[in-house]
Amino acid sequence: MSSSSTHVDKSGYLDNVTARLARSEKLDGWNRPPVIETDGEGELLELAMGPHHPSTHGVFRMDLALDGERVIRLKPVFGYLHRNHEQLAQNQTYLASMPYTDRLDYICSLTNNWAYALAVEKLAGQAVPERAEYLRVILAELTRIQNHASTIGFLLQEMGASGTPLMYAFREREKILDLFESLTGSRMMCNYMRFGGCRVDASDAWLNGARKVVAGLPQFIDEFENFLMSNEILMARCQGVGVLKPELAVNAGISGPMLRASGVNYDIRKVDHYGIYDRFKFRVPLGDHGDIFDRYMIRMLEMRESISILEQALKQLPGGPVMDPKAKIRNFRPKAGEAYGRIEAPKGELGFYLISDGSPNPYRYRVRPPSLINLTVLEDMCLGSNVADVVLIFGSVDIVLGEVDR
Amino acid sequence: MKTVEEIRAAILAAVPGAAVTVLPNASPSAQQSLLIGAEHATAIAKFLRDDEELALDFLSNVTGVDWLDKEIAEKVKVTRQVAKPVEGGEPGQVQMMDETVEETRKHVEPGYLEVVYHLFSVAKKHGPVVLRMRTANRTDKAELPSLTPVWRSAEFQEREVFDLFGIVFKGHPDLRRILMWDEFKDFPMRRDYVEPDDFEYEPTPHDEVLKRAQAHRAHVGAAEAKP
Repeated sequence: MSSSSTHVDKSGYLDNVTARLARSEKLDGWNRPPVIETDGEGELLELAMGPHHPSTHGVFRMDLALDGERVIRLKPVFGYLHRNHEQLAQNQTYLASMPYTDRLDYICSLTNNWAYALAVEKLAGQAVPERAEYLRVILAELTRIQNHASTIGFLLQEMGASGTPLMYAFREREKILDLFESLTGSRMMCNYMRFGGCRVDASDAWLNGARKVVAGLPQFIDEFENFLMSNEILMARCQGVGVLKPELAVNAGISGPMLRASGVNYDIRKVDHYGIYDRFKFRVPLGDHGDIFDRYMIRMLEMRESISILEQALKQLPGGPVMDPKAKIRNFRPKAGEAYGRIEAPKGELGFYLISDGSPNPYRYRVRPPSLINLTVLEDMCLGSNVADVVLIFGSVDIVLGEVDR
Repeated sequence: MKTVEEIRAAILAAVPGAAVTVLPNASPSAQQSLLIGAEHATAIAKFLRDDEELALDFLSNVTGVDWLDKEIAEKVKVTRQVAKPVEGGEPGQVQMMDETVEETRKHVEPGYLEVVYHLFSVAKKHGPVVLRMRTANRTDKAELPSLTPVWRSAEFQEREVFDLFGIVFKGHPDLRRILMWDEFKDFPMRRDYVEPDDFEYEPTPHDEVLKRAQAHRAHVGAAEAKP
C-alpha cells in the first residue's frame, strides 16, 4: 500500500462503495453482503481476474477491487461460454436434447442425463424398470466419486500442491471413465439415459469390472487422507477461510456439498427419494464451520458414502429389461402441461423445468444450474480476505463453466 | 404439506386483498401453480418464507416464459333482422324476419411474459410450490417486482430472466445483463427473436474497423434491396 497521506480515488472505489451500499440496502436484513471499509489511505487497485486465469476453471472473470491484498469488492462476470442451450433445446425434439445435456457440466454427464430424463418422465408419466434404476444409481454414484476426486485434486493444485494430489485423483477418475467408456462408448459425453430407462444393458463382465474398481476406491481415499488430512499448510490455508453461514446459504439457494458444509442437512437423495434411493443405507455428512476445509472434508466423506451405495447397488442389482417396453421413442409428444424434476448432482441441485404444449418440442426448457447459483455468495465469502484465498474459495465452490453459462 | 388450495387460502388470510389464482396442470406431474398479482408479490413472498407451517425458505428455480399474442377464432351465433319477400305476396312486398347465422369472429388475446418461481422448504423438507407472475404485456409494461430482497438466490436468476426475456425486475439490487454482453440489444429467449445477420458487427472508434463495418452494412443493405 502506498503511504501517501491524501486519498486519491483513481479507481472509482468510492463510487463502488456507494453503489454497493445502495444495492445492499435493497436486500432484506441479514442477507446483505458486508461492506468492507478501508482507512482511506492510498490507492485502490481494480483487478480483472480472468477470463484466462488458470484458477477460474474455464473462461470466467472476477472483477476485484483491492486495498493492498484485501478484497473489498468482487463482481463475477459470466457469459463467455454462453450458447443459449435452452433455445437450442426448444427448437428440437425432447430426445435430441439428451446429448446436449452432456455438455452442461461436462465432468458429470451421466447425472445431467438423469436429471433431464427424470424431468421428462415426470412430464409424461413414464415408468422406469427396476434394473435401469439400479444402473442409474450406480452410474450417478460413480460420477459423484470422480467429480469429487477431481474437485479435491484441483483445489490442492491451487493450494500449491503441484501435480501429485491431482494426479492421484485423476488416476482413480481414469478408472471410472474407462468404465463409462466401455458401457456408453464415451468417456465424458456419455448420452446414456433415455426416457423410460437406459440405452444399453451392462454386461456381467462390466459389472465385475465395476466391482473391482469400487473395491479399490477405499484404499485411494485412505491414502489421500493419510497424506493430506493433517497437513499443516492445508489446514492453515483452509480453516476459517471463506466462511458461509447456514442462514445465508439456504436463503441464497446454495445446494449440494457447499450447503451441507455449512451444516444444513439437505440432501435431495434423502428428501425426494427420487429413483430408488430409499433402498440404500447411507449417511449425509455435515460440516460445522462452513469454511473451505469443511467443503473439502464433506467431499471426502461423501465419496465414502457413495462407495457404500455402490456396494449395495452392485449386490442387489436385479435382472430384467433396461428400457420400459411401453416407452415411446418415435413421435414422443407429452400431453400439455409442465413439470420440474431435480436430482442431487455432484455439484448441487440440478433441475430441469419443462413446459409442453403437446408438440414434439418442449415449449419451454429450463436448466437450473447449481454451478451458477452457488456463485451467488462468492462475493460474500471473499470480502475481506486476501487475493490468494479468493482462488481457494472459488475452487471450493466447484463449478463448471459449461453449466454456468449454458 | 398443504395442498395448493390450502396455501391459497392461507395467503388470502395473511395478505388481505391479494390476487391469487390456482392454475391447473394437466400433466401427470400434477404440479399446480399459484398465479399471484404483482401488487402484493413481496408481501406474499415474505409470508411464504416466514410462515411457520409453510417455511418455504429455499427458492430453487426462477425462470421466464414468453407467451405470444394469440389469435382466437370463435364461432358466434348472431341474430339479426333481415328483410325477406313475403311468400305469395305481391312482388316488392317485404317483411322483417329474425335470422340466426353463425359468424366467425377473430380477436387477439394479448401475449405476456411470465416468471416462474419454484419454492422448497429446507426446514420442513417439502415442495415444490410453484409461484407465477405475469406482466401486463410484452412491450412497454414488462415490469414485475423483484423477489431478490426476500430470497437472495433470485439475484442471478432474475438477472438472467431480464437478460434473456426482457422482464424488468423493480427493486432488484443489481439488474444488469448477465450472460449476453452489455451492449446487446435484443432478448434472445423471446419466441419472436430473430438472430442478427452478424453477431460480430460492432462499430468501434477505430477508423480501420469502422471502414470495415461500413462495408459490411452496405453489403447487408444490398442484400435486403434485392427482391
